Amino acid sequence: MPWPAEEVVLSLEKITVEFDGFRAVNGMDLSLRKNEVHFLIGPNGAGKTTMLDVMCGKARPASGRILFRDRIDLSKKKEHQIAQLGIGRKFQAPSIFSELTVEENLALSLQKKKGVFSVLFARRKEEDARAIERMLSTIGLGEVSGRRAGGLSHGQKQWLEIGMLLIQEPAVVLLDEPVAGMTDAETEKTGELLRRISVDRCVLVVEHDMEFVRQFAGKVTIMHEGKLLMEGTMDEVQADARVAEVYLGKRRDADVVGAPA
Amino acid sequence: MLLKNATVRRKIVITLAYAAVVALLACAPMFLSDFRLNLLGKFLAYGVVALGLDLIWGYTGILSLGHGIFFGIGAYCMAMYLKLEATGAGRLPDFMQWSGVTSLPWFWEPFRFFGVALLLSVLLPMLLALLLGFFTFRNRIRGVYFTILTQALVLIVVTLMIGQQAYTGGTNGITGFRHVLGFSLASPSVKNGLYYISAAALVGSFLLCRRLVRGPFGKVLQAVRDGQNRLRFLGYDPAKYQMFVFTVSAGLAGLAGVLFVLQVGIISPSMMDIVPSIEMVLWVAIGGRGSLIGAAAGALLINASKSGLSETYPDFWTFLLGGLFIVVVVFLPKGLFGLLARLGARMKGGLGDAMAGGRGRAVVGEDHR
Ligand SMILES: Nc1ncnc2c1ncn2[C@@H]1O[C@H](COP(=O)(O)OP(=O)(O)OP(=O)(O)O)[C@@H](O)[C@H]1O
Ligand SMILES: [Mg+2]
Repeated sequence: MPWPAEEVVLSLEKITVEFDGFRAVNGMDLSLRKNEVHFLIGPNGAGKTTMLDVMCGKARPASGRILFRDRIDLSKKKEHQIAQLGIGRKFQAPSIFSELTVEENLALSLQKKKGVFSVLFARRKEEDARAIERMLSTIGLGEVSGRRAGGLSHGQKQWLEIGMLLIQEPAVVLLDEPVAGMTDAETEKTGELLRRISVDRCVLVVEHDMEFVRQFAGKVTIMHEGKLLMEGTMDEVQADARVAEVYLGKRRDADVVGAPA
Repeated sequence: MLLKNATVRRKIVITLAYAAVVALLACAPMFLSDFRLNLLGKFLAYGVVALGLDLIWGYTGILSLGHGIFFGIGAYCMAMYLKLEATGAGRLPDFMQWSGVTSLPWFWEPFRFFGVALLLSVLLPMLLALLLGFFTFRNRIRGVYFTILTQALVLIVVTLMIGQQAYTGGTNGITGFRHVLGFSLASPSVKNGLYYISAAALVGSFLLCRRLVRGPFGKVLQAVRDGQNRLRFLGYDPAKYQMFVFTVSAGLAGLAGVLFVLQVGIISPSMMDIVPSIEMVLWVAIGGRGSLIGAAAGALLINASKSGLSETYPDFWTFLLGGLFIVVVVFLPKGLFGLLARLGARMKGGLGDAMAGGRGRAVVGEDHR
């Protein structure tokens, strides 16, 4: 495969996740490399979200290995420990703290030491204020920084959540359908943002919007029924007959019927 | 410019309001009878409980219907000291003699010393809370399930207290105190002193709670309340925060118990049972969840009206309290203080918002997919 030999940051090997005996993910392999925008796609119920859940500790695999930086086994770590190692996750539904202001949401995420007593005696530093300022302009929410986050538009909430991830400067960014519900202009902006943030880290995006994938993907991994179907560039993926059958074909049908996923 | 003026004005108004409250508390002994002053002192102790409850409920989203226990343990610890002080050296407390106990049980020994009793009356509730928190919050038991467990704790402790009559005084509780540190509890000047200590404790607890709910720490607490799952994926461990505030809150209830028993002169299981535990939460709900001032004021107001009304119409009070609770839950989620703040905001345009503090919202469940 012609992939540049970038460093593998997170690798999942033979991951299986079961829910009451049902295998949502079945022997799946996936490696995330630095400086890459990697898309994980597949039909509804393929197990994409579950894969993200495994990476951030929300779901525990029945078998398989998750290695961070080649040596840290994540399957034994708690969610907050995984987050502190530098694996950030954005959920499918925007999940921000709606009672806090936009700025407070970012400050909460920025805080480096997150133990009870560290936070209790934390002092707001000048550089923190600057980091927040910078992030506000990156995600385009400078104007609304004092606003209650719950009052933001859907797109703004998505960005705020992305900002909350990025401000922690994670090594791995996991995004579950980040452009769902966004306008075309917002989608475009988000894509640009993804490209910019992939410098020095790896970004994994789950997405249904094929136009968006085509535009911004580096590598594409296709999942089907909990298994790896294929991996390659968007062109390779689109040329593949199996993919057309299980995924693109299905999508087209769905579009004709008019049932959005 | 206009904004800045408004902020400055608001600050001045709030500072003046605080000063007025402190001045009022300081002057109360001058125009209240001994009886009324003693009552007010008791209500101030209740105010301390309310602050701790608001800290966990209003700000962190943990509803405890078991704070009577923490209050009661604090009160019992001090009562044990007072009882031994009243009994005199070498003799046994009266209820022990009646039960045929011949020597002082080992766990009563430390309570010969005021300092030890005071320390334990705060530390024991904290320890118990920490234990309960350790086994629940870490296992992600929360919401209604946690609340039910706090009620179970009440049942267990109260049953234990009543059952061990020989060591705890049973249903009658512990009473018949005379002195504290050599001062007679009956003397008016000692009563005055206890009142001032209660007032200082309330102000101190208020400052402590305010320190906790403001700044970055307070934001984490609100985040625990509104989305603890999300918070986890930002690298925070919500269980540690829950354990911490729950423990602090229990310590405050224990302190309140000390102040209570010193001024009221008796503690019995019925004062820490299910009903008082629920009443404590009502003070906060009616006064104003998510606002420290509201919670403390709620405790004072409700207890003042309770003693006022139940002197004249004893039955009527229970109906009124129940009715008031329903009205508040249905129409005023932020309590009377929230209503006040809203009215203020309407008149002054924004004043109330700052005073209302955190937005009280009970989150039962959340889902992140
Ligand atoms: N907590 C759970 N309990 C039981 N079954 C689950 C659970 N989570 C996911 N599943 C099942 O596992 C399968 C994979 O779900 P997953 O959410 O990972 O799919 P997905 O690829 O993200 O789909 P979508 O594109 O619709 O978001 C689905 O069949 C789903 O019903
Ligand atoms: Mg999904």
